[in-house]
Amino acid sequence: MGAYLIRRLWQMIPTMLGVILLVFFLFTQFGGDPAQVLAGKITDQAQIDNIRKELGVDQPVYVQLWIFVKQVFTFDFGRSWVTKEEVSHIFKQRAGPSLTVMTPILLIELLLGVALAMWVAYRRGTVSDRAVMIICILAMSVSFLVYIIAGQYLFGFVLGWFPVQGWSDNLWRNLTYFAPLPILLAVLVGLGPTIRLYRSVFLDELGHDYVRTARAKGLSERAVMFKHVLRNALIPIITNLAMALPGLVLGAFLIEIFFSIPGLGREVKIAVDRSDFPVIKAITVYLAFATMVFNLIADLLYRWADPRVELR
Amino acid sequence: MNRRLPRTNDAGASPGVWRLAWQRLRRDRVGMASLYVVVAFLLLIAASHFGLIAADWQQEKGVSFANPSFLPHLENREAQQSLQLQTAQAQSDPSHLAQFRAVDPLAATYDQVQQRALSYQIKEPARAMTLPFGGDKWGRSVLAKMIKGAEISIAVGLLAALIATMLGTLFGALAGYLGRWVNDLLEWFYNVFTSIPYLLLIFAIIAVVKANPALQSQGLLTIVLVLGLTGWTGVYRLVRAEYMKHTHREYVRAADAIGASVWRRMFVHILPNISHIILVQLSLLVVGFIKAEVILSFLGFGVPVDMVSWGTMLDEAQNELVIGKWWQLVGAGLLTMAVFVTAFSLLTDALRDALDPKLK
Repeated sequence: MGAYLIRRLWQMIPTMLGVILLVFFLFTQFGGDPAQVLAGKITDQAQIDNIRKELGVDQPVYVQLWIFVKQVFTFDFGRSWVTKEEVSHIFKQRAGPSLTVMTPILLIELLLGVALAMWVAYRRGTVSDRAVMIICILAMSVSFLVYIIAGQYLFGFVLGWFPVQGWSDNLWRNLTYFAPLPILLAVLVGLGPTIRLYRSVFLDELGHDYVRTARAKGLSERAVMFKHVLRNALIPIITNLAMALPGLVLGAFLIEIFFSIPGLGREVKIAVDRSDFPVIKAITVYLAFATMVFNLIADLLYRWADPRVELR
Repeated sequence: MNRRLPRTNDAGASPGVWRLAWQRLRRDRVGMASLYVVVAFLLLIAASHFGLIAADWQQEKGVSFANPSFLPHLENREAQQSLQLQTAQAQSDPSHLAQFRAVDPLAATYDQVQQRALSYQIKEPARAMTLPFGGDKWGRSVLAKMIKGAEISIAVGLLAALIATMLGTLFGALAGYLGRWVNDLLEWFYNVFTSIPYLLLIFAIIAVVKANPALQSQGLLTIVLVLGLTGWTGVYRLVRAEYMKHTHREYVRAADAIGASVWRRMFVHILPNISHIILVQLSLLVVGFIKAEVILSFLGFGVPVDMVSWGTMLDEAQNELVIGKWWQLVGAGLLTMAVFVTAFSLLTDALRDALDPKLK
């Protein structure tokens, strides 16, 4: 286990370097002159030169790369170009709201998705199975935007059940007052693809011999489904969760934009609007690292879900 | 798997993989229905591309937020306001400003402007009170915008998917067939690309493109390239696995024995045998990219402002819904986009079943 962990971490290093190189060259080679972006309407050459010196863009490429690598590993990306807010401060400020909205979304979607998928897979071929699948396909083809626009209008504006948008400093008030509508809409949208995926997983498992054996032993259907099938279906479920986890940090950025939730996803959109490179660079690099860590955790969880899996 | 048998003259010649797949698809009623819908859409956008229909989508034919023809009697305050404004403008007489002339240093300039303005004849076309599927804020026909928007959105999706599939196939073929350091290099590349969350990668590239004046003015090409150059990873993964499987098959060795070059073995011998897998991936990508384009255009990062796509229509629809103008939302989001995406997804499923019957 320990040796496996060390080897996996060791293997991450080239990928991390790749991400750093990719982000670095993307922004330095194609991003235009940052001084131009930053200076905006300033045409004074001396001032532009000053900005260039401050950012280090008058240095050779390898020096700039070294500056960037140092920034990544000291968690110090300096300040936002636009608001002069420290990038690390932006992270601390915006991660909370994203997590507040995304954690319930992920949990509810997981529980509902698994439960419904198990139910329709168990009743394969019946009317309820087909009805659920048709609804899923139809629901998946409507754009996320339509759900949010229509949902916000109907529940927030016409019926007035929820606030149209907003956010406060109080976690409890956020969770009970501002977050329910975004959570409801995101779960509605996410449920279609989730059910479809998990249904095929469960169908696959139900076709195995061990299910027949378990039934032949005289186990109740409940025991067959929850103790045998669910346990075996865990691995693809974990894989899917691990893929969704980076989104937890980033937040469903559309949700954050529509509902004015001050999270990281909205921050990225604002940063792109304003060409605020340090913020985008920092978020991209760290989320890539987070993704790698989540994948590693998923691999470790496989072992927990299925002891036959060998970690090599 | 689907090795093409040599064509012989006796009656026992087996039909090719594509014909078999077509026969299977023909039997799939849902698949055929969605095929008809998709073909209808493709004909529609071809007609719109060549200017046969919806070429005049930018003309302001109706009053502001004109009612749909099937609901002519809805209250339309916006239209009344805009009409009143027009008449007010036409009758506006600057004489009440005369008292300020003595102190207004710009009076002479204003006079000149007035003179100039009078020399232009502005012809206000007659505006219709209703349009087939309603009008937008400027009185443009939503129906024409739906067609034009379909053209742009589907074209972006198709082109980007083509680029992504070609890149993925090329990389996958190289990594899977050549192996060794080529494989290591491309695997590293793949790991780097997939470790960055997909939308974040797109955002980072768009941020760069936006800041660079040389890249900014490329219009549609920008979004097609951004989507195409980032979306190849899934295809790469599958194609690589297939090439690894096929590399040691007998027919490839036979091709090697008769002296076929590496490129010939890769793309003339192996590629046709896995083309059905690539086709399914291509159609999956089309749906994904259409959805991505709609979201990006909505955020203002997609198609240029002088074009219309489903995404820009939904952007307008967001504000229109609050004043009760629902037709742009329904027209773009449900009647065109949802129908096309549903049909295309169902067709993809049917294609997969038809091309790969062993898969279930």
